[in-house]
Amino acid sequence: MLDQLSWKVGGQQGEGIDSTGEIFATALNRHGYFVYGYRHFSSRIKGGHTNYKIRVSTKPRPANADNLDMLIAFDQETIDFNAHELRPGGVIIADEKFNPVAPEGMTVRFFTVPLTKFAEEAGSAIMKNMVALGASACVLGLQPETFESLISDMFLRKGQKVVDSNMAAIRKGFQFMKENGGEIAEFRLKPGDGKQRLFMMGNDAIGLGALAAGARIMPAYPITPASDVMEYLIKKFPKVGGHVIQTEDEIAAITMAIGANYAGVRALTATSGPGLSLMMEAIGLAGMTETPVVIIDTQRGGPSTGMPTKHEQSDMYAVLFGTHGEIPKIVLAPATAEECFYMTIDAFNYAEKYQTPVILITDLALSLAKQTVEPLDYDRITINRGKLATEEQLAAIEPGKLFKRYAFTEDNISPRVFPGQKGGIHHVTGVEHTEVGRPTEDAAIRTKMMNKRLNKVRGEFPNSVSYTGAENPDLLVIGVGSTIGVIDEALERLTAEGKSVAHAHVRVLSPFPTETLQKYVDRAKKVLVVENNATGQLKHLMQFFDIKGEFLSQLKYDGNPYLPSEIYAHCKELI
Amino acid sequence: MATVKDFRNEVRPNWCPGCGDFSVQAAIQRALANTGREPENVAIISGIGCSGRISGYIHSYGVHAIHGRALAVAQGVKLANRDLTVIAAGGDGDGFGIGLNHFMHAVRRNMDITYIVMDNQIYGLTKGQTSPTSAHGFKNKTTPEGNIEHALTPTQVALGAGISFLAQGFSTDINQLTRLIEEAINYKGFALVNVFSPCVTFNKVNTYDWYKQNIVNLDNDPDYDPTNRAAAMAKIVETNGLCTGLIFKEERVAYEDLIPGYKKEPLVHQDITLSRELFAECLKEFA
Repeated sequence: MLDQLSWKVGGQQGEGIDSTGEIFATALNRHGYFVYGYRHFSSRIKGGHTNYKIRVSTKPRPANADNLDMLIAFDQETIDFNAHELRPGGVIIADEKFNPVAPEGMTVRFFTVPLTKFAEEAGSAIMKNMVALGASACVLGLQPETFESLISDMFLRKGQKVVDSNMAAIRKGFQFMKENGGEIAEFRLKPGDGKQRLFMMGNDAIGLGALAAGARIMPAYPITPASDVMEYLIKKFPKVGGHVIQTEDEIAAITMAIGANYAGVRALTATSGPGLSLMMEAIGLAGMTETPVVIIDTQRGGPSTGMPTKHEQSDMYAVLFGTHGEIPKIVLAPATAEECFYMTIDAFNYAEKYQTPVILITDLALSLAKQTVEPLDYDRITINRGKLATEEQLAAIEPGKLFKRYAFTEDNISPRVFPGQKGGIHHVTGVEHTEVGRPTEDAAIRTKMMNKRLNKVRGEFPNSVSYTGAENPDLLVIGVGSTIGVIDEALERLTAEGKSVAHAHVRVLSPFPTETLQKYVDRAKKVLVVENNATGQLKHLMQFFDIKGEFLSQLKYDGNPYLPSEIYAHCKELI
Repeated sequence: MATVKDFRNEVRPNWCPGCGDFSVQAAIQRALANTGREPENVAIISGIGCSGRISGYIHSYGVHAIHGRALAVAQGVKLANRDLTVIAAGGDGDGFGIGLNHFMHAVRRNMDITYIVMDNQIYGLTKGQTSPTSAHGFKNKTTPEGNIEHALTPTQVALGAGISFLAQGFSTDINQLTRLIEEAINYKGFALVNVFSPCVTFNKVNTYDWYKQNIVNLDNDPDYDPTNRAAAMAKIVETNGLCTGLIFKEERVAYEDLIPGYKKEPLVHQDITLSRELFAECLKEFA
């Protein structure tokens, strides 16, 4: 019986590959398995090979599997392109329709199944994916009924007949495999724990987090892999009176978001690398005018247009050091979909508490891969609007006089007012200014204002770094973003082999958690920084932010996330 | 009720003596008072350049933003609080150079915002370079041999983009300008008031006298029909863009009234707590 397995479906883009993967993954998630789904797709709409790889496990495994147990092929290209991932004895289920040819020189169990023919018999050729799901179920020792509740939820509004024909297609696939040796003992999957959890991608979690945080305006420009955030909120905002506005460009998106925040409504925008570059000047405006704003940067392959549908973690320098001049910036880096939800809420609270731009940075694998998420907790949602001027403070201001929006205070944070409030009139400007917002070039005020802005954010944020593993490890691995699952898995294997290893994962890039990381670095014999970029950005940030020590680097920038085996092999060489 | 005085502040503008922008500032202040606005309910969002400073010279809420982006910031402000009187202001370089994209889309979107452009056909604050509205053949710092590009005619661009309220003024004619701005503020939709506001320091061609000699005031033409888009375009072409007055106006539902689920009460005043029920409903989609 298997604790975990990996399953992949492939075909031409536009052929329903996504939905096939979704149904398989969602159904198993409902049965209490931990599921991780990663889509391989290209920058085109129809045609071209696409596949959806799904990891099913009895414990959390937010990472791609090293190899493949089962491959569902809707065309020969899928076999040619993916068969090398199959483990010896792996299963291929191929549609009889394209006269599939088994991969050369591989020991796989090759099943030619009349997927399309059965689908047609059940009512329509488009149900070939259902036949494939039924066939898969048989191999894994699952019953066709595993899919029933999901199929019913999906199709009942179209009528019971549609539900029935889809279930019939699933049963046909199941039956065929049963009759043709598809019940393979070693492929039996251990039952899931049956607990009800969620299955979502980072982008969905960010959208939901923004909604829960009270964001009500989102100006944004579509870009892969960020667009799902706006698409999610387009569906939700009308229910709460909010609005997503699709702007003419990213500069309009960020400046509109700044305008909305200035006027008192929580607003965000979401983009990826090229869009982030366009926003830089405006991020400086938000910093200078002390206007809160939340920016989501879903990293993808760069530089320039780079690889729009491929994974990378190479915007860290840009988010930390982008924009001219010097402003305070908060940069949060969630590692799981669950953290995307809670940290998006944090992002809004920090933005208003410190009156600064907050960038929440993810990577393509975290943004788009779907993963099992423990039920999100309504009671953990908090909204803190920061320092707002009271009615008494405003009433004390003489008519015609200006409110000190940039008043010097002990904690360097000044109370905010919103346009429309009587007594709160002041001027906001990207030009260096006085306490009431009047332009000034006075050297003393300039210095004081710079200090005020740059000293608003002090100390480390809570939970900036997580730590697991040996107290004084021979090898400490440091990572950020979606690599959490692969690092954990690699280190688990090494621990099982008796190696002394540990994992520190960075969740906040600014303010940089120097002190905490230094503590962990000091305890370790060797330190390896694992990241998906070509220049070792996280490693250099550690050095830039004054962490003492020697750091080794493992880098991957071919567009794909790490496999656990890659990190495992590299670490093994080091200890 | 607020008077013109209530919209004044203590700041002395850093405009050159004789700059056309002084009159534009006065016209905005008068128009705000005449339309019964209170300073705290007005937000003036400006861009960069001499004219971009105007948000700091009027007693109201104001943002002096970044080059070319005043309209984008202004639309964000309006979405957050639809009860505010939102005025965007800037120059021809700001609005029709770096900011032209935002202008075209603001027209298309039609939020209830008044956009006032102080058009002097030159870059003033950077000391006299060619602007998008500088004429063909115009000689100055960046075009010493004469401008080989052709001028953009703001009114033509605006009308071509489908604007629903279009007016043009001349800073010397402060009464007409005040009236046009008043009408623009009262108009429920996006309104452009392009104002010829001469730069007395760097533009030696398009002077007060030059404008006086070349401008055609539509107020003097009783037969002009500002509700006819084709006639308006013809007039702009006929006058080479130098006509003043109300050029075009049509009724159109403003953007804010077309947003699904948007309420009459400004967003800024609404409770932002997500209900437990809606949260649970949201989670169901991922189960």
